[in-house]
Amino acid sequence: MPHMTMVQAIQNAQDIAMERDEKVVVFGEDVGYFGGVFRCTAGLQRKYGKTRCFDTPISELGIVGAAVGMAAYGLRPCVEIQFADYMYPAYDQIVSEAARLRYRSAGQFTCPLVIRMPTGGGIFGGQTHSQSPEALFTHVAGLKTVVPSNPADAKGLLIAAIEDPDPVIFLEPKRLYNGPFDGHHERPITPWKNHQLGEVAEGFYALPLGQAAIRREGAALTVLAYGTMVYVALSAAEETGIDAEVIDLRTLVPLDLDTVAASVRKTGRCVVVHEATRTSGFGAELAALVQRHCFYSLEAPVRRVTGWDTPYPHAQEWDYFPGPERVARAFREVLEAE
Amino acid sequence: MAKAARAVKSASKVSGSKTAKTIVRRRKAPPPPTITAANADEVLGHYRQMLQIRRFEEKAGQMYGMGLIGGFCHLYIGQEAVVVGMQATIEEGDTLLTSYRDHGHMLACGMDAKGVMAELTGRIGGYSKGKGGSMHMFSREKNFYGGHGIVGAQVPIGTGLAFAHKYRGSDRLSLTYFGDGSANQGQVYEAFNMAALWQLPVIFIVENNQYAMGTAVGRATAQTELYRRGESLGVPGMQVDGMDVLAVKAAGDEAVKHVRGGKGPMLLEMKTYRYRGHSMSDPAKYRTKEEVQRVRAERDPIDHLRAGILASGCADEAALKALDREVKDIVTEAAEFAQNSPEPDAAELYTDILVEA
Repeated sequence: MPHMTMVQAIQNAQDIAMERDEKVVVFGEDVGYFGGVFRCTAGLQRKYGKTRCFDTPISELGIVGAAVGMAAYGLRPCVEIQFADYMYPAYDQIVSEAARLRYRSAGQFTCPLVIRMPTGGGIFGGQTHSQSPEALFTHVAGLKTVVPSNPADAKGLLIAAIEDPDPVIFLEPKRLYNGPFDGHHERPITPWKNHQLGEVAEGFYALPLGQAAIRREGAALTVLAYGTMVYVALSAAEETGIDAEVIDLRTLVPLDLDTVAASVRKTGRCVVVHEATRTSGFGAELAALVQRHCFYSLEAPVRRVTGWDTPYPHAQEWDYFPGPERVARAFREVLEAE
Repeated sequence: MAKAARAVKSASKVSGSKTAKTIVRRRKAPPPPTITAANADEVLGHYRQMLQIRRFEEKAGQMYGMGLIGGFCHLYIGQEAVVVGMQATIEEGDTLLTSYRDHGHMLACGMDAKGVMAELTGRIGGYSKGKGGSMHMFSREKNFYGGHGIVGAQVPIGTGLAFAHKYRGSDRLSLTYFGDGSANQGQVYEAFNMAALWQLPVIFIVENNQYAMGTAVGRATAQTELYRRGESLGVPGMQVDGMDVLAVKAAGDEAVKHVRGGKGPMLLEMKTYRYRGHSMSDPAKYRTKEEVQRVRAERDPIDHLRAGILASGCADEAALKALDREVKDIVTEAAEFAQNSPEPDAAELYTDILVEA
């Protein structure tokens, strides 16, 4: 199997989706001629022409609004918002229109739309290029939210998202584009070509939305993570020698509650990890679900490891970023709890 | 610039060189329109449609007062000529969408009054099974892409519909209606820019009823000539007397020819007036009763057409009365249906959120 970076896998997924269905159109800022600032759409305009892959003005609200109209009429737009931090102007169209079209037309119209956006920190981007806004989407009924953690998943999940009949927010952890990042910023990154999940099957395949993956089996505690934090959690398990079971959620909505609950019932302890700020983050939802579904199995309170409740800082980024040391501390805390 | 200049010229052709304010608020009513044997049937059709919208909205207002309709309800009374004139210019397969003042548009595009009224009362027989309400209804069959409750949000969506028409290689077009309030939303200009850049088949229709909720146009913008809002992007604009259905139709025909001819988007500013409050809960303290009465007395689009019909002799009082009765029956039937259709089952609230697994 060929190796791909996450960027190549995402490009490949769009290429295949466009080849399979001429209703798929790909557009956004710098997406066409230039091929995207992260290169996720490189070569698509050359291959499919300017009608199917094109540049837009810097108008996020207009981009998503136009995409809603296209989707309502039966096209399958896959748009890129250059950074998830640029999503806020488009939020009205995402929440009030894309997410609600099916409901308020009683199913007469649907909105098969994918909005891709690079998310997360670890790149010294400061507060407008590092945020993790996933909870702003999971909070909205009518949206699906996907966060892949590796090239193989990114390809299969993106193809599934493009073929899905509903609007899907596809958050790409940009710190993972070129290799798995475990929070050890002082070390050189392992490229995807040296990683098993960098092996990406050629041609078409789709991974169903709503299926988590167990990245490490363990008996001592359960870690719920997605995106970059999967590798941070794996690293914490390895470094502490604690037998953690690491679950990569892959999609937040729909959520694979069965896998989550089965694991926590088995281990009795649960640590939730995300990069986003803590208050009202997706971790709060996970903690609530775990206590509701696994209450009688829990040996310790559910512990969250998250970004601080501050704007994403430029200085002291590695203090903000919930790295393996903080995750390891949480492991010990849930194990020591009586 | 050349395009914009032409646009201004054609605007004066349609609107008789009247400035924005004078078109609707001028002292003297314009003479009744001339109706000939050639257009008599069409004009009677316009009259009937405008009347149906008027009676429907009056009934909706009445039912709101009785507590049968709750929440938000924005009536179209006074603006009927705009949508009736415009819908007369388009063809099967063209799409339309508008803001929350949408009942008139739904009736004008042929949606069933019963289904519209039942949506207002929140019943299962409504177009969105009662889950959408007054501002949020759709019809796939009639190519009506909504009712949108967020001011201006429908404008980029209408632009996307136009993209889809062009992408599919059809010569269909998108009618994208919005109000003077929307005209100050940023996303409208994002949409204009994209529509002009990609030469999309969309007619932007700004229904300037002169008040964005309680704020008169001049208190919200330094450029009150809304038809000029696309000039810098090369979107030609026309200002139209929106109280005269035949003027609307003539301007619409010109715009359709332009847009269907592949020349890109066009902007029509319809100078119109709403008689009722912004919504049912609006005490309308921002304008005088005299102002409203004067427009009603001198510029009413239905009275104006009626005078023309009677003067031309293409229908007499008795015929118009019969038509009035016919329309009233439709509205009465709709009101009855809307009261008798059951509320949706509570389980219905959980459907149509995402595709059923």
